[in-house]
Amino acid sequence: MKKNVLGIFILLVAIFVITAVINPKFLNAYNMQNLIKWSSLYAVMSLGVAFVIITGGIDLSIGSVVGLVSVVLSICLKLEGMDPWSAIGITLVLSLGIGLLHGLLITKAKVQPFVVTLCGLLVYRSMGRWLTDNQSIGPMPYEDDAGYKNLEQIQGLDFLFSGKIALGSFNLPTPALFILVLSIAAAVFLRRTIWGRYLFALGNNEEGTRYSGINTDRMKILAYVLCSLFAGIAGILFAFELDSVQPAQTGEFYELYAIAAAVLGGCSLRGGEGSVLGVVIAAAVIRLIYNSINMVGISTHLEFGILGLVILLGVIGDEFLKKAVARKQAAQKT
Amino acid sequence: MDETSSPLLEVSGLQKSFPGVLALRGVSLHLQKGEVLALIGENGAGKSTLMKILAGVQPADEGEFLVCGKKVSFRNVNDAMDEGIALIHQELNLCGNLDLAANVFLGREPTKAGLIDESEIRRQTEKFLSQVGLDLPVDTLAGSIPIGKQQLVEIAKALSCNARVLIMDEPTSSLSQKETETLFKVVKNLRSKGISVIYISHRLGEVKELADRVTVFRDGENAGELMQDQIDHDNMVKLMVGRELSEFYDRQVHRPGKPVISLKDLRCPSYPQHPLSLKVSEGEIVGVAGLVGAGRTELLQTIFGVTPALGGSLEISGEVKEIRTPRAAISEGIALAPEDRKQHGLVLPMSVRENSSLPSLQRDASRGWLNENAERAVTQNAVKSMKIKTPNFEQMARFLSGGNQQKIVLGKWLAMSPKLLLLDEPTRGIDVGAKREIYKLMEKLAGEGMAILFVSSEMEEVLGMADRAYVMHEGQISGELSRDQLSEKAIMNLATGNLVAA
Repeated sequence: MKKNVLGIFILLVAIFVITAVINPKFLNAYNMQNLIKWSSLYAVMSLGVAFVIITGGIDLSIGSVVGLVSVVLSICLKLEGMDPWSAIGITLVLSLGIGLLHGLLITKAKVQPFVVTLCGLLVYRSMGRWLTDNQSIGPMPYEDDAGYKNLEQIQGLDFLFSGKIALGSFNLPTPALFILVLSIAAAVFLRRTIWGRYLFALGNNEEGTRYSGINTDRMKILAYVLCSLFAGIAGILFAFELDSVQPAQTGEFYELYAIAAAVLGGCSLRGGEGSVLGVVIAAAVIRLIYNSINMVGISTHLEFGILGLVILLGVIGDEFLKKAVARKQAAQKT
Repeated sequence: MDETSSPLLEVSGLQKSFPGVLALRGVSLHLQKGEVLALIGENGAGKSTLMKILAGVQPADEGEFLVCGKKVSFRNVNDAMDEGIALIHQELNLCGNLDLAANVFLGREPTKAGLIDESEIRRQTEKFLSQVGLDLPVDTLAGSIPIGKQQLVEIAKALSCNARVLIMDEPTSSLSQKETETLFKVVKNLRSKGISVIYISHRLGEVKELADRVTVFRDGENAGELMQDQIDHDNMVKLMVGRELSEFYDRQVHRPGKPVISLKDLRCPSYPQHPLSLKVSEGEIVGVAGLVGAGRTELLQTIFGVTPALGGSLEISGEVKEIRTPRAAISEGIALAPEDRKQHGLVLPMSVRENSSLPSLQRDASRGWLNENAERAVTQNAVKSMKIKTPNFEQMARFLSGGNQQKIVLGKWLAMSPKLLLLDEPTRGIDVGAKREIYKLMEKLAGEGMAILFVSSEMEEVLGMADRAYVMHEGQISGELSRDQLSEKAIMNLATGNLVAA
């Protein structure tokens, strides 16, 4: 596990250094702040899906949950004139509910995770568009928008979710603090509590875990709830970051970035493997690749191609590493 | 046998190791044309490994292969087929959704102008099916015929590849008495046509009836050979076990205490039409014998709450309990060491520590926080009391031998101090040394008052270990035998539905 994280960290540093050498502008404070901000936003979603992937499942609905949550938040704040904290509460409950629904459908109705969350992807996206009549809307007034009864409080929240804290001449984006807290919490949960152990165990061998007296259904539901909750938190962060939410586009394909980061960060889609640090670093790598392509002057049409190749090579390298570790363990004489 | 003719098949010095276990330590074997050679030995003796090597499923690490005196080497199943060696698998490999003709010629379909030549396939299949005495339309779906007939189709398939040697691994383990008789007829018929058969079986009675010669394996080595006139039960057992039976199964007679579990007309989901009643008391070791597929595993799984009962009652220490999940069973003091320990008993990619502590994690945790000291203590205890051979606690369970894996499974349950221990094929795939240790452990636990209910397909194990045994046949308990009544014949009679007990 540790070697695994080391590999992705070396990749991060390598791309970072190469980009900085080719284009020193890469290192300027504004670019760094942006990079940290976007990496953090992506990492929140990626951590969420990591829980599900560790159980051997998948969640394709993350992008649509991000979209729906930011739409609902904006509606609550703008049209309903709701107290901002209540609005946040509603969106979090909404995402918990979505996760619970996924978990129940998967464990009780025995629908495959891919199908459940694929349908979720379609349904939540269209719900967001329907609720807004497909008009863009934001949690903050945009060019003298009407509504927003509690404007002052909303501005306070805007600072919390997409503000900057001055550290000397460097302005640290607040999402970085979110990912710091969330990743510590996730790491403690996965490595220090029995539930974290159960998730890894059932991801490796669900039947065997059940035979050991563990309520595997409940643990799987928990994983989907956490995944959607993290997607919901990401949705709130994205809404305040973007200011204007496009019901048809906001969050589109984000599930794929999240899954890519989880896989690149050491999660196996077969389940049972994953590390929080690896996933967070991998989310940063994905954002870094985007940034580097711009900085180095490669055609942006190649973005997806380069991203795809890096993920593929990363996962192949990881597989080799695992085989080497396994050989070493097997060679230990019993 | 004619000693001067060059044998059809001859192997020598065969070695094969798997992580953590040396499966074959230089074994040899020879086979004449038209001979039925029985290969016997306890589980873990290396029979199946040898068969897989002979059939090209796995390569050997070392050793020499001669077919008709000519040196050969098998890299894959096709190489073995080219020399006419075919393996009839223990688990049948037919595609249930295809018809018999398609199955027999799967992967070798004759073509005409690039398309499958259906009429040729049908014609050929009919010929081969009649050779194994099967009178079925060739467009019957393979999945729709009983297992005994599927096996004959597999043999027909082997014959269609010009097989000279058929390797049959426990062919009768899931057959009824009648199907077994049919199979024997087919085997004898093939022998008369010059086809050789290597026959692996635990059923010594069958071996006696069928074999021209017996080769015995023990612990990955040749343990001896019996010519036709020497084949009898005692000789075979002596070679298999390596000592007199009484030494191997060191049993004392316990006086059973109060009943721990009692089933009254329990209905398992697998055979809901047959209510099952049995009881096991403190300090008692009770066996459940029967053929594969008789519903023994399903019975244990129902007691353990994996597949909850559909009706009837289950009493634990005199109180009626409803057990619908393994979790509920565990809280009633029941533990199960399952038959398929890789799938159900262990989380293979996890460490010895993580496996040993899995059931007790919650008990030892406070508010969900892992208690690492307790975890280490549980592991330490399991490794010590079970004599688990592992380089350290962090070794992945996958890399331990079958015996050590089974000890982890037992160790993790002992940490929960169960009242009733369910063991499903407790020594399958385990070497003789570990086997003895597991028997000793069973004996010790029973001595301490634990109730033990074990399922076993190994006749010797039931005869050696059980204070009492139930025999199952097609989902029902066809009989109960006290220690004095236990004999191979009595068990086989009941197991094959021959209700006239000996």
